[in-house]
Amino acid sequence: MKRRNKRLGIVVSALAGLGIATALVLNAFQDALVFFITPSEVMAKTEMPERNFRIGGLVEEGSVIRDPQSTEVTFRVTDTAESVTVVFDGILPDLFREGQGVVAEGRIGPDHVFRAYNVMARHDENYMPAEAQEAIERAGHPGDAAGGY
Amino acid sequence: MSARPRIRWFRFSSPPAFHALVDRLVPWLWGGAALLAVAGLYVGFFVAPPDYQQGNSYRIMFLHVPTAWMGMFLYLLMAIYAIIHLAWRVRLADVMARSLAPTGALMTALALWTGSLWGAPTWGTYWVWDARLTSSLILLFLFLGYLALHAAATDREKGGRAASLLAIVGVVNVPIIYFSVKWWNTLHQGMSVTATDAPSMAPSMFAALLLMTLACWLYAAAIGLRRAQVEALERSADAGWVRRVMLGETDAGTGQHDGDPGSAVLERGRH
Repeated sequence: MKRRNKRLGIVVSALAGLGIATALVLNAFQDALVFFITPSEVMAKTEMPERNFRIGGLVEEGSVIRDPQSTEVTFRVTDTAESVTVVFDGILPDLFREGQGVVAEGRIGPDHVFRAYNVMARHDENYMPAEAQEAIERAGHPGDAAGGY
Repeated sequence: MSARPRIRWFRFSSPPAFHALVDRLVPWLWGGAALLAVAGLYVGFFVAPPDYQQGNSYRIMFLHVPTAWMGMFLYLLMAIYAIIHLAWRVRLADVMARSLAPTGALMTALALWTGSLWGAPTWGTYWVWDARLTSSLILLFLFLGYLALHAAATDREKGGRAASLLAIVGVVNVPIIYFSVKWWNTLHQGMSVTATDAPSMAPSMFAALLLMTLACWLYAAAIGLRRAQVEALERSADAGWVRRVMLGETDAGTGQHDGDPGSAVLERGRH
C-alpha cells in the first residue's frame, strides 16, 4: 500500500511540476501566441514593425470603400479605442461586413496604412436565427450580437 | 438486508467481470447512440433555424463541437487511466487507456476536418496557426504518439508504461486547448457554451448540439468498452476464463458457473 501511494505521489508531483513549467513558458511566449494584435497595440508602438503581422478588430461602420474599377477595398479596423486603415486587393470572405470581426495579414507603411495581402473574417460565439437579430436591432442595440471582443 | 442492491465496483477491475459487464452494456450504448444521433441530426437539420450571418453552414458545428469536446474528454480520461495504471499497476487501466486512444484520435481528426471545412467559407481559410487550432493538432499527434509508443516495445507491458507516461505528460495540453480562446487572441471564436452562462445560441440549436454530444458520448463508450474487452481477452489469452468465454462453455453474464472464482462474475448484486 505504501509503495503505491509513493508512486502516485511521484506521478502527481511530476505532473504539477510540468504544469507549472508549461504555465511559465506560455506566459513568457505570450506575444508569440496571440494570433493578431489590436489597433490600440499597433498605435501604442513608437516604431512601426517592418515585417508582416496580423491586425484584428471590427470593421468600422461606414468605413468600407470599394474601388469600382478593381477589387481593391479600403476599410478601417477598430477596437473602438483606436482604428487603422487597411487597404486590400482581393476576394473578401463571405462573412466580411461592417461591424463584424476581421483579421488582416500584411504590413503597415510609414503612412500608417496597413496593406493586407489576406483578409479573414472572424466569427463571434453567437448563433441565432435572423428574426432574433432583427428583434435585437429593433430594440435599439445594433451590434450587440457582434460583441465578440 | 438493505432495500437497495449494492454494486461492488471493485469487481469490475477483474477482467472476467469486466468482460461480462461490457457484453451487457454495449448493446444499450449502441442503441442509445443511434437514437440520439438520429434525433440530433433531425433537430439540427430540420428544426434549428439558419444562422443570421452564416446561413446553413453553421450546422457543421453539430458534428464539430461534440467531436472536439469528446477528443479533449477522452484524452483526460486516458490520462486518468494512465495515472491509475502507473501508480497502482492496474493492468485493466492500461487496457482502458489504450482502448480510448483510437477513438480520441478519430474524434480529434473529425473536429479538425469539420472545423477546416467550416473555416473555408466563414473565415476565408482552411487553416491558420492560431492557438486553438495548433493545440488541437497537437492533441491529435499526442493520441497518435501514444498509440505508436504503446506498440513500439516488444513487451506490451513495457510499451504500456511508456505510453502511460506520455499520456500523463500530454495532459497539460487539454486546458491549453480549452482556454486558448480566452487567454490569447485567436481566429477561432470564444466559447458559446460554458458551465456558468446561458449558451449564446438559439434553444433549438443548443438542443441539437446537446443531443449530438450525448450520442457522441454513448458511441465513444460503446466502442471504447468493446475495444477494451477484446484487448483484455488478447492480453490474458492463456487464462482459464478466456478459454471458457471463447469456447462458449459458460455464459459469463449469468454468473451460473459453479465454484470457479474466475467466471463467477457479476451476480446481480445482493437483494
